Amino acid sequence: MSRARSLAREWVPALVVFVAGIVFWESLVRVLDVQNFLLPAPSAIADTLWADRGELWDAAFFTFREAVGGYVIGCSLGFLAAVVLARWRLLEAAVMPYAIAAGAVPIIAFAPITNNWFGVTGMTSKMVIAAILCFFPMLVNTTRGLRSVPPSAIELMRSYAASERTIFRRVRLPNALPYVFSGLKVGTVLAMIGAIVGDYFGGAPGALGVEIRRWVGIFAFDQAWAGIVLASLLGIVFYGTVAAVERLTMGWHPSVRGARAE
Amino acid sequence: MSADAVVSLQGVTKTFGDGAVTALESIDLDVRPGEFVSLIGPSGCGKSTLLRIIGDLVPPTVGEVTVNGKSARQARLDREYGIVFQDAVLYDWRTVAKNIGLPLELLDWDRAKRARRVEELIELVELQGFAEHHPWQLSGGMQQRVSIARALSFSPALLLMDEPFGALDEMTRERLNGELLRIWEASGSTVVFVTHSIAEAVFLSTRVVVMSRRPGRIAAVVDVDLPQPRTADTREEPRFFELVTEVRDRLREGGLDEDRTAPGEGELVLGEGPV
Repeated sequence: MSRARSLAREWVPALVVFVAGIVFWESLVRVLDVQNFLLPAPSAIADTLWADRGELWDAAFFTFREAVGGYVIGCSLGFLAAVVLARWRLLEAAVMPYAIAAGAVPIIAFAPITNNWFGVTGMTSKMVIAAILCFFPMLVNTTRGLRSVPPSAIELMRSYAASERTIFRRVRLPNALPYVFSGLKVGTVLAMIGAIVGDYFGGAPGALGVEIRRWVGIFAFDQAWAGIVLASLLGIVFYGTVAAVERLTMGWHPSVRGARAE
Repeated sequence: MSADAVVSLQGVTKTFGDGAVTALESIDLDVRPGEFVSLIGPSGCGKSTLLRIIGDLVPPTVGEVTVNGKSARQARLDREYGIVFQDAVLYDWRTVAKNIGLPLELLDWDRAKRARRVEELIELVELQGFAEHHPWQLSGGMQQRVSIARALSFSPALLLMDEPFGALDEMTRERLNGELLRIWEASGSTVVFVTHSIAEAVFLSTRVVVMSRRPGRIAAVVDVDLPQPRTADTREEPRFFELVTEVRDRLREGGLDEDRTAPGEGELVLGEGPV
């Protein structure tokens, strides 16, 4: 009972805002008679989502696969690179400034270039740009996590004559998990951006980004908006899935479990 | 060096920064089996460094360190000691039971044997009912008891403790002092204990090693002849206060209050100068 109530208290305000936002949007479009190319009504977008569900879903799923492919590659490489950097301090000192600077660079601007390099119509070029986008935050976060172990935690393991490998597996890695997951969560968003924007610069016919551009070109704004909504939903599902995995693997973490028992 | 010493230090000197700072100078000390030896001194006198040198976590610049008749390094590799730090150093992702059992995992004890031993230890440090809790769900005192249980898990002959109760409130500290003595008696291990509380050093120890301000030297060794077992009443005995006073005096001689020595001399000069 109290659990249901606290859940309701947590979710109801956000739900109210959502419903109010949709109602406001719908009435704004109707009352002011906003032109379709400026802003379609939510009801029109919803109708299109349903009517063209087959085509939309195929397009979205195609781009989603580009995003996930790039995500897996970028995050894995970022993680492995972090493991290497965390092991050799000199290497970290040499590379880290650039990895951090890369976070301030709009890497997405390279999308036309990766299209050139890896083929406009293939999935590869989109995966590459998504992978590059995911790589740097993953690298920076994981390195930080592997490094930010209290010295006494390492000393304790050394007092047990633990090898570097054991220390890595038993202390550094679990200690880095919260950082790894923050890299993984940021990555979901960046991968979706990489794939869709990559499509915008040219991609396979039937990819979501390509289709959104085409729909805008032929004034099919309901479809374009429906595509955007679908991309957003997939992005949220992607993020939510990673967040759920985080909750499962880090049940021990104070940020995941509630307050102290005492 | 006596042959049966658990810890033997000979001429141990430690400098940092290419000799710019001398943290410890010519430390000679033997700790015999079953002793409870406290190292006490002002902050920065190198007592924590000395403990880490015994544990082979920091190498001495000069000098000989043996633990149980072996080199400090070999003793560490043979897991001859358990260590407790000022902060409990518990791993958040492990439950209380798994934190306590960590050294046993590293020693490849099988699961059943480990579980039995952990249960014993939880009883020893009176944490029944908290085995499946996570460290952040415990109070500071409870966390430190987990840390002590973990250090004792593989029954090392030597227990190194670096201000283990320094971050706790006075009441918790006194209670844990009593518990530690009970555990010490039950386990029969030898303890080297770093503290900057005079009362704590006297209450716990069989010997108090008083160290001087940097560079850290052994200024005095005070034998504590208070009867065992020590209880809350021990703290009320006249002999307890005498010993506390003695340790305090030795600390003063070692230069505990540097603020008082330096300006004091200045005042003296001013007083003499009749300008």
